[in-house]
Order: sequence, then C-alpha cells, then structure tokens
Amino acid sequence: MSTLKTLNGNQTIAEAVRQVDPDVLAAYPITPSTAIVETIAQFKADGKITGEFVCPESEHSAMSVCIGAASAGGRVMTATASQGLALMWEMLYIAAGLRLPIVAAIVNRSLSAPINIHGDHSDTMGARDSGWIQIYSENCQEAYDNFIQAFRIAEHLDVRTPVLVGLDGFIISHSMEVIQVEDDAKVKEFIGEYQALYPLLDTKNKMTVGPIDFTDYYFEHKRSQLEGIENSPPVIETVGREFSQKFGREYGFFEEYRMDDAELCIVVMSSAAGTGKDAVDELREEGKKIGLLKPRVFRPFPHEKIADVLRKMKAVAVLDRSSSPGAFGAPLFTEIRSSLYDYDQRPKIVNYVYGLGGRDIMVEHFKEVAEKIERIADTGKVDEIYGYLNLRE
Amino acid sequence: MKKESWKELTIGTINLEAGNSVRNKTGTWRSGRKPQFIEEYCIQCFFCWLYCPHFAIRVEGGEVKGINYDYCTGCGVCSVECPPKEKAIVMVKEEIKLAERSER
Repeated sequence: MSTLKTLNGNQTIAEAVRQVDPDVLAAYPITPSTAIVETIAQFKADGKITGEFVCPESEHSAMSVCIGAASAGGRVMTATASQGLALMWEMLYIAAGLRLPIVAAIVNRSLSAPINIHGDHSDTMGARDSGWIQIYSENCQEAYDNFIQAFRIAEHLDVRTPVLVGLDGFIISHSMEVIQVEDDAKVKEFIGEYQALYPLLDTKNKMTVGPIDFTDYYFEHKRSQLEGIENSPPVIETVGREFSQKFGREYGFFEEYRMDDAELCIVVMSSAAGTGKDAVDELREEGKKIGLLKPRVFRPFPHEKIADVLRKMKAVAVLDRSSSPGAFGAPLFTEIRSSLYDYDQRPKIVNYVYGLGGRDIMVEHFKEVAEKIERIADTGKVDEIYGYLNLRE
Repeated sequence: MKKESWKELTIGTINLEAGNSVRNKTGTWRSGRKPQFIEEYCIQCFFCWLYCPHFAIRVEGGEVKGINYDYCTGCGVCSVECPPKEKAIVMVKEEIKLAERSER
C-alpha cells in the first residue's frame, strides 16, 4: 500500500533517494537544494540508507566523485542547484561522454549576477548541450515520480546516459504538498538491480576509462555517445508506461491540457504549468478554445510529437523561464519553432520570457498571453515575436 | 592499422585493450630535444627509471643502458633527477622533419 505524506519537494527527492538507496551519494549543499543533501545525511546517520555518503569540498568535486563511483560500477546520484550545477559544468560533459548513468536532482534556480536564490531554469538550460537527459517536474509528486523513473531510464542498456530531474526552486522545493509515496519494496522492484557494464573494480578485466583521443578518434567517440540519448525515447516511453501500470500515474514526453479542440496553445514547463492550467480553465469558461502543453522531457526534445500537436493550432505562445542572450528566442521556443519548420500548415508562434529570479507568474499573466495569441490568430499578424511577462518596462 | 567506425567502438570511450601503447609509440610527441645517455657517468641509481612517466628508460641485465626513443616524449625529468655532478643524462637538441615523424 502506498501512503499519503505531506512533504516538500526536497523531502520528496530525499524520500525517493532513501527508497532507491544508491551505492554512492555525493553532494555539496546549495540553496534551494540543501535540504535534499541534509535529509540524506540524516538518513545515513540514522542507518536508513546503506550507500556511501560523500561530502566533497565543492560541486565540481561532487560530480567528480559521482563519475569515479559510477566508473567503479556503482549506482550513483547527486543533487544541486544553480551555481552548483554551473560549477559541475566540465564534469557534466565527462559523465555523459563516459556514458555513466548518474542521476541528479536539480532544484532549478537562477544564475548570478546578480545573486538570486529563487527559481528559474537558467541553470539546467545552461547544461542543455552537456549530453544529459533532462526531465522537468510540475509539482512534488512529479518530482518524486520522475526521480524514480530516472534510474530506469539512465541505466537502460540502450541508453546508459546520465539523467537530471528538474524541480523549481522554492515553488516546488520548499512547498508542502500531499504526495503518494509508494512502498519501499515496490520502488525497489520497479528500479531493479543495477548491473554496471565495465566496472573498474572488476580487476580481472583491465581497461582504460577516459582515454585521450586525437583527431583520429574523438569524432567517432562523440558520435557513438549520441546513440545513448538517441535511443532513449522508446525507453522513456516504456518506463513511463510501466510506472503508470504499477503506480497509476501516467507519464509521457509532455502533458496536453484541454487540447482536444484547441486553436490556441500556451507551452510552459514545470511549476508554472499549474498556474497556466487554472488560467486555461477560466478562459475555457469564457468560451475560448485554448489549451496548454507542458513539456516534461526537454532532452531528448520530442520534436515530432510536439509538432504533431502544435501544427494544427492557429497561434502558439511558448513561455521560457530562462533567456538565451543573442539567440533568436529562448531555449524552449527555438526548439519548438524549429520543430514546426517542416510543416506547411503551422501556427503563428511567439515567445515570452517569464519568472527570472523567481518573479511570480499569475493567472492574469497567462490571460495576457492568451489575449495576445487570440489577436494574432484573428489578424494573422505578429507584431512582437519576443517579449517579457511581469517585467517593469 | 584499420581505424574503427563509430559503431565499432566500446561504449563510453572505454578501451578494453590494456597495454595497447606497445603499438602507439608516444615518442612521436617528442619535440625539439631528447635525452642523451652517457654511460660512464651513470651510477645505476635508477632515479631516471623511477621518474620516467613513460617507462622509456632502457634496462638490460639489471642495468640502465639508455633511452627507448620509441616512447620517450622528451620531457627531461630523467635529466633533472639524475644525481651525479656530471649528469649521465643530458638534454640535447633534436631536429625531426615532419615527414620523418609521420613515418615513425
């Protein structure tokens, strides 16, 4: 029997960690993810987990410990946020390049300067080309469910690629929610035993991990690395399906909310999708044909599946919680706009950056967006392709 | 030697062939200078053998006999560590033409 517990986002991740009980946990505390590390330390002190808990001197070292432990053959995880993820940057690429199935909980927070501890997606979007699979969560329940599924996805033999699970700083990490915590035994059964492919601790079979490549092999190794993330979509799908069969909550690449007869669509990830759904409900009552699409998996980007839904729309607004200086739109927008390019019938599409540094996004802001895309749909004209929500002009 | 396609490579850049540097001669990295062994000054302390990062000190019959230039990268550690006042290993200028290098 699963139990209902009142937990915040950090506690739900720690609870999942306790149930998975990885061989090695290495993390350095940073706001707003500190409570994950703190709770794991408490679990370790109380004898509730058996894995090695390592407290290194920085996030760079934390990821280095994860890489070493995963190369040795262990099931490994870490948690961090913001500057912590930024400090891990070079090691993230190494984890992916070595195809180590490390799982990381990232409590999404803005990047300095200016210093800010609140939620936005600048940190993980900065790591979007590091080769990690990226899954985003709307609430505590999704963070818990995604984190458990992450091990199955990362460790699948066709994938063997690190996975990060994002949950919004403070809005999710520090907000209490009643969540369904599954039985320890059932979670263990779901994730199964981990089998390392080429563990360094297997001293009978000598090997080199992390060799140097010159111009003659680097390109081939990088191409070979891509296989993992490119093989992952069917695995993500199967794991989501099995999770729903076992625990009753469904997961795909994205969630469609009231999209059946929609002509207008707002695309938004993570916690803001909850507010967006409320806005859509109110607008639907006013008779507007509007829906919401919430991407869950950002890497690999489900471009065909998303385009298949959005190409039938009249107008689409993509909301990004990060910016990409100098680019033609923020990260989610450029992906979606590019996904739609090959279709003759495609919607007008605009981009709004919102919520940087934890700035609130309310129902009224979604309505503002809805009004704009309704006008675009009616007139067929886009005046402003890129804008900001709830920003003092 | 035929180079593998990306599909033939082991996952995660792992190299399962331990000791493959027998084939990959790191001495091709040497640039501009090389160590020269002067046997009459050698006190057989084995410091050079101990410090050499590439096992490029030639030992025969339990004695240091010179340098294995197939693996010597010309770093000069052996010469620095060589203890006698009259060093038994000195760095000398070496010019290798690019064409010769690719043949090695």
